[in-house]
Amino acid sequence: MFKHHDKLERNSILLLIAIAIVVSIGGIIEIVPLFRIETTIEKVQGIRPYTPLELMGQNIYIREGCYLCHSQQIRPLRDEVERYGHYSLAAESMYDHPFQWGSERQGPDLSRLGGKYSNEWHTAHLTNPRSVVPESIMPPYGFLKDRSVDLHNIADHLRTLRVLGVPYTDDMVAHAYEDAVTQAQENGNISGLTSRYGAKVTAASFDGQSNMVSEMTALIAYLQRLGNMVDFTTYNPDLDPRNLPVGIKKGLEP
Amino acid sequence: MTDTAISKPKYNDDVIRLFTIAALFWGVVGMLVGLWLALELTWPILNFNEHFNFGRLRPVHTSGVIFAFGGSVLFATSYYCVQRTCRTVLWGGKFLPLFTFWGYQAFIVMAAVGYIFGITEGKEYAEPEWYAKLWLTIVWVAYLLVFLGTLIKRKEPHIYVANWFFLSFIVTIAVLHIVNGLSLPVSIWGTKSYSLFSGVQSAMIQWWYGHNAVGFFLTAGFLGIMYYFVPKQAERPIYSYRLSILHFWSLIFIYIWAGPHHLHYTALPDWAQTLGMTFSIMLWMPSWGGMINGIMTLSGAWHKLRDDPILQFMIISLAFYGMSTFEGPMMSIKEVNALSHYTNWTIGHVHSGALGWVAFISFGALYHMIPKLWNRTGMYSTNLIRAHLWIATIGIVFYITSMWVAGITQGLMWRSYDAQGFLQYSFSESVQAMHPYYIIRAFGGLLYLIGMLIMLYNVWKTIKPGCARDCGQQSCCAAGKEA
Repeated sequence: MFKHHDKLERNSILLLIAIAIVVSIGGIIEIVPLFRIETTIEKVQGIRPYTPLELMGQNIYIREGCYLCHSQQIRPLRDEVERYGHYSLAAESMYDHPFQWGSERQGPDLSRLGGKYSNEWHTAHLTNPRSVVPESIMPPYGFLKDRSVDLHNIADHLRTLRVLGVPYTDDMVAHAYEDAVTQAQENGNISGLTSRYGAKVTAASFDGQSNMVSEMTALIAYLQRLGNMVDFTTYNPDLDPRNLPVGIKKGLEP
Repeated sequence: MTDTAISKPKYNDDVIRLFTIAALFWGVVGMLVGLWLALELTWPILNFNEHFNFGRLRPVHTSGVIFAFGGSVLFATSYYCVQRTCRTVLWGGKFLPLFTFWGYQAFIVMAAVGYIFGITEGKEYAEPEWYAKLWLTIVWVAYLLVFLGTLIKRKEPHIYVANWFFLSFIVTIAVLHIVNGLSLPVSIWGTKSYSLFSGVQSAMIQWWYGHNAVGFFLTAGFLGIMYYFVPKQAERPIYSYRLSILHFWSLIFIYIWAGPHHLHYTALPDWAQTLGMTFSIMLWMPSWGGMINGIMTLSGAWHKLRDDPILQFMIISLAFYGMSTFEGPMMSIKEVNALSHYTNWTIGHVHSGALGWVAFISFGALYHMIPKLWNRTGMYSTNLIRAHLWIATIGIVFYITSMWVAGITQGLMWRSYDAQGFLQYSFSESVQAMHPYYIIRAFGGLLYLIGMLIMLYNVWKTIKPGCARDCGQQSCCAAGKEA
């Protein structure tokens, strides 16, 4: 073995090729099957693409680096499920480009934040975190309230994501701007919005300002949608074949 | 005739001097931002402006120390090493190496300014938006061409082991950067783009990238530094040639698999998690192969370690390398990870590798290289090198011990139940419990930064212009007492 190594040490191109082959193997074996194996992402009801307003909210979440302190991934451990809710499914982040699972918890996990607190609480908390959670070390985000969310090319955002595989329809793209503005109003006509994104979509002036669609409104719209899309009444992960022990799985097969 | 054949060719050291100065500059900037972030976590009132909020500055710190400081060190040392071990000047004439310098610095500035204004792809250690990533790709290909071109026209029959590591680092980083960076801009006139991958695939690809940024940028590249500069400083050949072959190929083969240990117990399929854990544990051995080969290079020359702080930097760095490459595989075991993941333990682990291994081997190499690059007999002050060494070492100890305790405390508080079977602590109580450890951590970081500033002063006194070569004046040039 050491004898033959001499050839590599004397030929830069051969060495380069050998390195390229050796470092490719692991990545190919771990990554390619994730695109091929059908059970990687569960078939669940309720997951839909983000509304234009929620999408803008997610972009603000990314812009401010929220993912650096907050995870969006509940592990199937007893304490986490009790503290945060049902463990995260792969399906729940299938439209996140990129994923927002995070790697640190300087703050709590946000996977199932949606619906846990009122819009007023979020507004107060984002403006001054320590006004509602005295122990918090989160930076204040009051400036989001003073700034209109940039919607000038919102349809292009949807179009871009559609190219990448998010199932935005022509209808959704055509009404992107209108849907964003409608969702940010307290008493607007939301029939178009709900026909496109489902009856569970909530519209509100999330930060309490009715005269503008602020960045904070978009962010709260996104936060209120986190983790409450999946319909757990129609999906029981414990009965999902991919989660069963091998022996039982075999028994179920015809 | 024989004399000229053996004497050194005229190397291209201009670009190395530039990268050396850039490394020192970015080191100070990156560590200063790191200290500021540590203080923000301790006293959140310091988040006084959106541009300097934790979330915006954190990538400035990570990119600043990894890519700006570490990257500049890698460029400098790889150019230094490849010319001297190939006995030939850098390929690409005057222009191409210089292009890699200015191109790379432009990339750093482009990325960092973007972060402050919230322009980010939102993937850790891969935050630059599409236009900066494209630019880096061009610069990186130029780097590969310069390095490979120099290897090809070498005057030595063999490619020295340090260059295997440098080459694997350059090639693999190119592959990782391109695949993980695939994204589609919303408009070519705007900064925003969406990653090609989503959800679970995006997670796997990101941590395949992320862990191998550690494996190839921060490990293979710096092992290249180790393989050249430790033998040079110790004036001994590498301990075992066979061990270097064995651990080189096993290291680069196994590292690539280890990414999924960042995703234990997530929605990533179990088979991938198990593969990641298995290979992470296997990685322990090739990592220690490098450590053993480095430390044992001193065999027969241990007495040098007593007096030479540059060698001390290198050997302490190898000790930290050994320690963190044991800690890493341990943390990748799922049961350990269940406790350690998401906590400050990970932060401590990263910094024992980054401050202890990566930066210390860099300091050692820079102290070795700088007098030679500027034609001095030695550094201005050996005592200042000693001061740097010990202040920085004590800083690391404060940093990592506080983060170990903080991380394990967090992990235990989150999973703690009271006698009635309820969760014992709210999340905010775990945040509150971190406060004293964050103070200690910031203090450790401050010491480390002071060490860096001492180095900066020492380097300035060594290289400042107007100091003729070997003028022999203690007040002016390097004294070379030890030399």
